[in-house]
Amino acid sequence: MTQTVRKLQLGKIGELVPRADAPPKVKGEFVYASDLIVPGMLWGHTLRSPHAHARIASIDISQAVAMPGVHAALTHDDVPGERLYGLEFQDQPVLAIDRVLYYGEPVALVAAEHPEQARRAAESIHVEYEPLEPVADMERATELSELHPDKPTHGHGYLDDPRPNVLRHIQIQHGDVDAAGDVVVTGVYEVGSQDQAFLGPESGLAVPDGEGGVDIYVATQWLHVDRAQVAPCLGLPLSAVRIHLAGVGGAFGGREDLSMQVHGAMLALHTNRPVKIVYNREESFTGHVHRHPARIWCEHRATHEGRLVNVRMKILLDGGAYASSSTAVASNAASFAIGPYESPNALIESTAVYTNNPPCGAMRGFGAVQTCFASEAQMDKLAAALDIDPVELRLLNALAPGDVLPTGQRITGSMPVAETIRAAAALEPPPEEPLPRDVLRLPGGAGNTTNGEGVRRGVGFAVGFKNIAYSEGFDDYCAARVRLLTDGSAEVHCAAAEVGQGVTGVILQVARTELDLEDVRLAPGQTATVDSAGSASASRMTWMAAGAVRDACRAALEEQTLRPGEEVDVERIYRHAATTPLDPETGQITGERAHVAFAACAMKVVAEVDVDLGLTRVVWIGAAQDVGKAVNPQQVEGQIEGGTAQGLGLALMEEIQTRDGLITNASFTDYLIPTALDMPPVESVLIEDPEPDAPYGVKGVGEPPTVVSTAAIVAALRAATGRELARVPVKPDDICLGSETETG
Amino acid sequence: MRITLRINGEEHQADCWEGESLLFALREKLGFPGAKNACEQGECGSCSVLLDGTLVCACLVLAAQADGHEVTTVEGLAEGEQLHPVQQAFVDAGAVQCGFCTPGLVVATADLLSRNTSPSDDEIREALSGNLCRCTGYAKIFDAVRRAASA
Amino acid sequence: MDVLTPRTLAEALRLKAEHREAWPIQGGTDVLVALNFDRGRPACLLNLNEVAELRGFTRQDGALRLGSGLTYAEVEHGLLRDVLPALAEASRTVGSPQIRNRGTIGGNLGTSSPAGDALPPLLVEGAEVECASVRGTRRVPLGEFVTGVKRNVLEPDELITAVWVTPSRAPQTFMKVGPRNAMVIAVVSLAVSAGDELRASFGSASPRPVLVTAPREEADSFPERVAAAAAPIDDVRGSERYRRHALRVLTERALKRVLV
Repeated sequence: MTQTVRKLQLGKIGELVPRADAPPKVKGEFVYASDLIVPGMLWGHTLRSPHAHARIASIDISQAVAMPGVHAALTHDDVPGERLYGLEFQDQPVLAIDRVLYYGEPVALVAAEHPEQARRAAESIHVEYEPLEPVADMERATELSELHPDKPTHGHGYLDDPRPNVLRHIQIQHGDVDAAGDVVVTGVYEVGSQDQAFLGPESGLAVPDGEGGVDIYVATQWLHVDRAQVAPCLGLPLSAVRIHLAGVGGAFGGREDLSMQVHGAMLALHTNRPVKIVYNREESFTGHVHRHPARIWCEHRATHEGRLVNVRMKILLDGGAYASSSTAVASNAASFAIGPYESPNALIESTAVYTNNPPCGAMRGFGAVQTCFASEAQMDKLAAALDIDPVELRLLNALAPGDVLPTGQRITGSMPVAETIRAAAALEPPPEEPLPRDVLRLPGGAGNTTNGEGVRRGVGFAVGFKNIAYSEGFDDYCAARVRLLTDGSAEVHCAAAEVGQGVTGVILQVARTELDLEDVRLAPGQTATVDSAGSASASRMTWMAAGAVRDACRAALEEQTLRPGEEVDVERIYRHAATTPLDPETGQITGERAHVAFAACAMKVVAEVDVDLGLTRVVWIGAAQDVGKAVNPQQVEGQIEGGTAQGLGLALMEEIQTRDGLITNASFTDYLIPTALDMPPVESVLIEDPEPDAPYGVKGVGEPPTVVSTAAIVAALRAATGRELARVPVKPDDICLGSETETG
Repeated sequence: MRITLRINGEEHQADCWEGESLLFALREKLGFPGAKNACEQGECGSCSVLLDGTLVCACLVLAAQADGHEVTTVEGLAEGEQLHPVQQAFVDAGAVQCGFCTPGLVVATADLLSRNTSPSDDEIREALSGNLCRCTGYAKIFDAVRRAASA
Repeated sequence: MDVLTPRTLAEALRLKAEHREAWPIQGGTDVLVALNFDRGRPACLLNLNEVAELRGFTRQDGALRLGSGLTYAEVEHGLLRDVLPALAEASRTVGSPQIRNRGTIGGNLGTSSPAGDALPPLLVEGAEVECASVRGTRRVPLGEFVTGVKRNVLEPDELITAVWVTPSRAPQTFMKVGPRNAMVIAVVSLAVSAGDELRASFGSASPRPVLVTAPREEADSFPERVAAAAAPIDDVRGSERYRRHALRVLTERALKRVLV
């Protein structure tokens, strides 16, 4: 278990500091959730639905419980407390009750001494399904049968849309929504469903405490919100459920919702044995939410000079079977739909619907990825229609402090969009490499498909932005606790989830800076010793943890002056400036702000495309990102490079494919993510324009590169091919054969 | 069934179910969790180990096939607290984020550099093309390999 | 489940005769995926790793006998690169370096997947599959060995022990289309050689390997002929239309490489 106290080398804010967790990780000693082993441990296994939509007539576990090595087989009847849970809306059963709404939905659990015994027992559970017609097409969802007749997302201050299966409908009306321009460009864009594809599959260990409570060691993004969902399902008080952060093998939004937490705890409490659950890769594709597939209709109206006059967009998002964070994704997609530009008028509609497709929720970029792809394609179309340089067009419309967003919010903080655009545009790509070359440096790579035949080069540009931290009235806070010990050292407690992004280093750098002390330790993350840190998501963790640790350190030093020589132990909670909800009818702000801050990223991309085979090679990417203040420049670069890679995946290869709701490529054989031969060098420039209200001027850095790289890469492919390429991932067919989604 | 194998130079035994992979045996039976369980289908390289000196995915080797053979895992590279040059280079280059791919990449890099002390960029990329990383975008991993090669 | 680990070929054949349901396992790159993902639970696994006779390759009267345990890495990097260049190119495209270190030619034949990368270059070179059992040994032309998607003529008591090829020494190449630049299963692949005649075979575009031939002077129509011989399908990896189109393009390019 992750009980080792981590210690960092000397390093303060702004310094390039090696990660404290890097040595154990390179040695194979860092303990991930799937590495946990304790004596007497059983293996849990989840029986999942093979149907996307079915009624359950009966479940018979009698054979399973009698099998060798099996200690428990549980169904919905065995859920000790609440049978429904959810990140924001309790619409999802812990175990299917009388119906299943998606492929892979958990139906029953088994605990056995060996995973093979658990698998065989799960196979022997007889579930009688009556298959139902799945709601598989998001465009028809509002006409088909209601999947959640109780409308769990109604009555929460949104516009309560009466149509079936509407999770959330939001409309932003800004200025004169009918305002006409001199030039109009239209387009319809589509984004496929992307998987976070973190390498460490969902895993955890639940250990009964012998007194009715349970300790859960799990790879998660938010310990306290896990506890808030797990405890009611177990029928236990919060104090009887202790969640501990086990090593996390990547997250990217996919660990915001629960996976094995309740299941593992149910089995552990039922058997009074520790129970470990580790999903395999196929199961992982059904074990977490995905990026929403989207269809986006756009109409951009502008003056002859290129100033946006009116942007009209309609966004449809497939939320899948359960709500997860779809309501917030729908709203974020709308808020950032037009990109980092000022338009005096706009009409933006965003709708997330329930279907029987895999549930969707948080993934890096959170709604802004889909709309950036659409709106940046529109900006290029507009530039072409007006015969204006695409970079100039973007500069002409770039948001700046003092400007107003479509939600009516005036930007009061840092927003260096023009500087970011200029910096990316100024990056010089390497000259075109002459032929002949090794095939590894040609489209098709190791496949040896071209020696240069059919290869054309294109340069693309895009810019994108999104919010930092939670928005729309969410009470967003982070706690930190600092102990100054009598031996002169300090110990920091913070439940911020280290998911690979490097927040551990941020916390220690802040503490070391504030305390002016080298000997600072970070205690293991858990719910029992410190209040919530909020989620490692929304690019918020650096800002929030830095604020909380800073405040706790300062309070601790103050306390120490009052009681010299004594141990000091203080906890502080940090909140960013409050936000308020959007008006449900107009999508306009109801206070000063719906979002607390923003960050932009611009990219220039060079790509080569084999236009005869539709294969691509991204040659080079130049990125400029508005980062506020780089706490650790090496880690910030790493976020830009990694975030760019995920956007490249969405642009070129990544899509969860479904047929009538069933996933047809739930494996790393058929769901492809970029390899070492697919990623180009990324040259990055950090724009440091401090965020006035944030600790040390920081902004989040994780999401902006993912928001923009898909758009920038496809822009380069369009430049190389002359094709419209209105759908991602771009398939070879779309390039060399044309595709159905093309509209000219 | 019982298997006997040498891991990082020492003899170990384990009782396995016949259908178990070497990866499962290493992680769950033998106390070597360094090789990681990311895809279990040979598509990510996170479980890379050396089997009789050859780089393999431990998930695709039957535990029984390793009976009587030599396995080197990531745990066998460092000399106590002294990191292997490849490990040190990964730390220094900032090539580690979540780190789940790292043990496999460290083993694959050590294998590459044992055969080719100054690989070209193309050779590095091809040699590591079987090791997926979801966090870093590979740039700092390539830096690490170049650092290790010149160390 | 039992694991049987013979030390000699004779013992392996005896065990296969006694355990006809046994799954042979050599590199494990297909078998372990089936085991790890619960796609099969054979009563018995026949581990061929310790059978020395299956390893490496030998030369006999101008012919090559490739042991069924010959790995892709050995083909890619070893002496065979000059004599079977298309097979070596194909080997370089198989999976990852780790997979190429374990995966074998014999395993590729045994699995008989339409996407098997070794099949097109071997078929173009007129390979024969050596199947052995306690009853004796026979050679089956590769084109007859595979009978359908993941089906072949191997009898339950037989093992694939080798592949025989007489290298044509004809200019030849292999190409493989995938949605990313490494580690892919073929969306479509192609091997082409230009000796006395033009010969082509493709992967992932028909249920079983097909050899397409034409006189050298019919090079112009050869791409169309190759595309027409394919019977591709739509699946998660690619469309029928794209596969046929890509075969045409690949054949044109391959001919440029081999018609020298």
